[in-house]
Amino acid sequence: MEAEDPTLAHLIDQVNGAREARASLDIRGGDTKRFYGEPAVGAPIKTTVLSGITSYEPTELVVTARAGTRLSELEAALEEQGQCLPFEPPHFGAEGTVGGMVAAGLSGPARASVGSVRDHVLGMTVLNGLGEVLTFGGQVAKNVAGYDVSRLMVGSLGILGLICEVSLKVLPVSVATATLRFDWDEDRALKQLKGWASHPLPISASAWQAGQLHVRLSGARAAVAAACQKLGGERVEAGRAREWWTGLQDQSDTFFLLDDARSARGESLWRISVPATFGPIKFPGNQLIEWHGAQRWWRTAAEPELIREVAARASGHATLMRGADKSAGVFSPLSGVLMRVHHRLKAAFDPARIFNPGRLYGGL
Amino acid sequence: MSNSGRSDLLADSSWEQRQREVVAALTGALPREAILYRLEDTVPFECDGLTAYRVAPMVVVLPDSELQVSAILKICHEMRVPVVARGAGTGLSGGATPHRSGIILSLAKFNKILKVDPASCTAIVQCGVRNLAISEAAAPFGLYYAPDPSSQIACTIGGNVAENSGGVHCLKYGLTLHNVLRVRGFMVDGEPVEFGSQALDAPGLDLLSIVVGSEGMLAVTTEVTVKLIPKPLLARCIMASFGDIESAGAAVASVIARGIIPAGLEMMDKAMTAAVEAFVHADYDLEAAAILLCESDGTPEEVEEEIVRMEEVLRAAGASRFEVSRDEAQRLKFWSGRKNAFPASGGISADYMCMDSTIPRKRLAEMLREIQRMEVKYRLRCVNVFHAGDGNLHPLILFDADDADQLRRCELFGADILETSVRLGGTVTGEHGVGMEKLNSMCVQFSAAERAQFLGVKQAFDPLELLNPGKVIPTLHRCAEYGKMHVRRGMLPFPELPRF
Repeated sequence: MEAEDPTLAHLIDQVNGAREARASLDIRGGDTKRFYGEPAVGAPIKTTVLSGITSYEPTELVVTARAGTRLSELEAALEEQGQCLPFEPPHFGAEGTVGGMVAAGLSGPARASVGSVRDHVLGMTVLNGLGEVLTFGGQVAKNVAGYDVSRLMVGSLGILGLICEVSLKVLPVSVATATLRFDWDEDRALKQLKGWASHPLPISASAWQAGQLHVRLSGARAAVAAACQKLGGERVEAGRAREWWTGLQDQSDTFFLLDDARSARGESLWRISVPATFGPIKFPGNQLIEWHGAQRWWRTAAEPELIREVAARASGHATLMRGADKSAGVFSPLSGVLMRVHHRLKAAFDPARIFNPGRLYGGL
Repeated sequence: MSNSGRSDLLADSSWEQRQREVVAALTGALPREAILYRLEDTVPFECDGLTAYRVAPMVVVLPDSELQVSAILKICHEMRVPVVARGAGTGLSGGATPHRSGIILSLAKFNKILKVDPASCTAIVQCGVRNLAISEAAAPFGLYYAPDPSSQIACTIGGNVAENSGGVHCLKYGLTLHNVLRVRGFMVDGEPVEFGSQALDAPGLDLLSIVVGSEGMLAVTTEVTVKLIPKPLLARCIMASFGDIESAGAAVASVIARGIIPAGLEMMDKAMTAAVEAFVHADYDLEAAAILLCESDGTPEEVEEEIVRMEEVLRAAGASRFEVSRDEAQRLKFWSGRKNAFPASGGISADYMCMDSTIPRKRLAEMLREIQRMEVKYRLRCVNVFHAGDGNLHPLILFDADDADQLRRCELFGADILETSVRLGGTVTGEHGVGMEKLNSMCVQFSAAERAQFLGVKQAFDPLELLNPGKVIPTLHRCAEYGKMHVRRGMLPFPELPRF
């Protein structure tokens, strides 16, 4: 992608203007993830002007799309070729964009088995705070030329620059898939997941909630059939299974919903990321466990300090995904040394602090 | 110019004075026998796998605890001494080439596997643990560490983190980054730091992503948490011959197009096949223009299903000879030539220069044609092995370094390959790293603004540029020079290691 591109040139002007005026810019794609992260400030700068799939060749397992391309458009193009984004990014609305997916860095149910958004980013073109258009990485999977800056952008919530274009590794859709259900309590489910982890089983997702464990198997027909036989449980009908996993992927399942009643009880939605083998975590409220135990969702009114303390004790961290009161901070605090590096990186990419100031952490 | 650059200008007498001061300061931090500074002691550290660059370091230190590492870094930071961390020294791009006025921080003594946890499928290991040793320790639990660079019997996990090492199986199982959860280490000033976490992600910017592959320029790694995966129950390999390189290249694309991700997908051209056949006698097809090795692994059911599909695709793509390994012995025989490509090349030429670039898979045949044209243009032969599944090329240019004109033509040939790779949509280094070797090629691939941004990242971690200075990011005046890696008489520091 070249700086001479007219739509890009307009964005560069906006960035240069903001820098000169010492103003802030609030990077917006489809505006579907406003709820995520610390509050946004500044004048909107829209990435949706950068739209469209730039190149896609299924045999290369690589797709390149401009940041403002709708995620649904990208996924439809992949589906036509029997391919997919293996990390199953959440959709928070039809307008969600590729740039937003990358900037938020959120992955879905398959993450523990196939890797995250970050793992599938191969290259990126970024507009930094100096108005420079920079390209890092590329369209090939093996590439160690220079620091892996494109992957640093994943989950950065736009604080380092505006993502213009992204190249992603894609994979074929699994030939076969099956979902099994087990009526197990949390303890037994976690133990069983731990036991399965060290065996060559084609488990592509797992989720435990309210006494039920769902396990999804994906892969070669024979492998899925053999695993179904080995694991037992009750086979879930394909349509219902798809609905279940989509509800988790898009966080549209009623579990994730913070309606008036739940909010009135002071509940917030927390994502607690811990080593999968950590034992059961108890708070008042409701829990949903994904990623074979590595992602524990809690809808709870528990004190943020307590939640963070428990997560830290488990060698993990806790993110306040949704909640009316964000005064405790959305993300777990960083060590002093890491925060210093964050400040210096911000200064290196965006010295005038134009982009999404404070969206990740205050002061950044 | 950075501090470290200035120290290059030290005259001999002041260099010796400086050396005495640095040694004296370090003596407070670690035992005398862990500090080497006499030339006869420091010479073994004068180069890594890129033997063309040799510099005796001012001092070599061999700490055995994190406390010592921290103390060494603090001292060097206060005294503004460049620090080059070193694992096994098997790197091929000069990432561990010493700095004349700096120390080599050898992490060889950090060789303990701290924990193998089959329940979480992770291992916590010190940075100096050899790559293969991790898999060996995990084997009793039916697990292994997936990235398998061909120097895996010698190279260390700390070095793998520095280089983001790949291997034959990374098409299916990913690079080092995809198989590492957490890196513990020290900042340039000796402060302890952790990147990533024991969980699947960490708060804040994904610093693990830039630390992995940073070639020792951002922090010093002392401990790594790696992911382990269940060992496949079975692996089988198909060896297929093709009458022309276009159909071999098309076959690679067809395999992927059919939704198959092979555990390994490798290609050798005719000249390479002849060289390795003479070396290993594995009954390779000497008539073929190109040979593909296509591997399937998994449960017996998966492998059986996948091999059938692979066979269909390869036959439809025009394979002229076709064989599926019957057992493990035959599978290893298929691989023996591929794994010995480098030593076999040493057997047919006085010297060879190994290139390492990546291009989109679909350009493989085009690239081979380009290389054939270059053979005529530069009047030198080139044999080719490819990680075809990844589009990662390792052309070996054959030459005689005693002939100055051949050396010159070889360097031009190599630069032409790298520039062609960039033009075809690829990159100048797929897995060997930039180090010293590819500094010039970085100018071809990245603009001045992009290189300045790399420098900004470097300075965010290491404001004084003391960690491995002079690597990866070329200065403007360097951009005129040509990189090189040449192997003298087939001799690398570890001639027994396969390198591809």
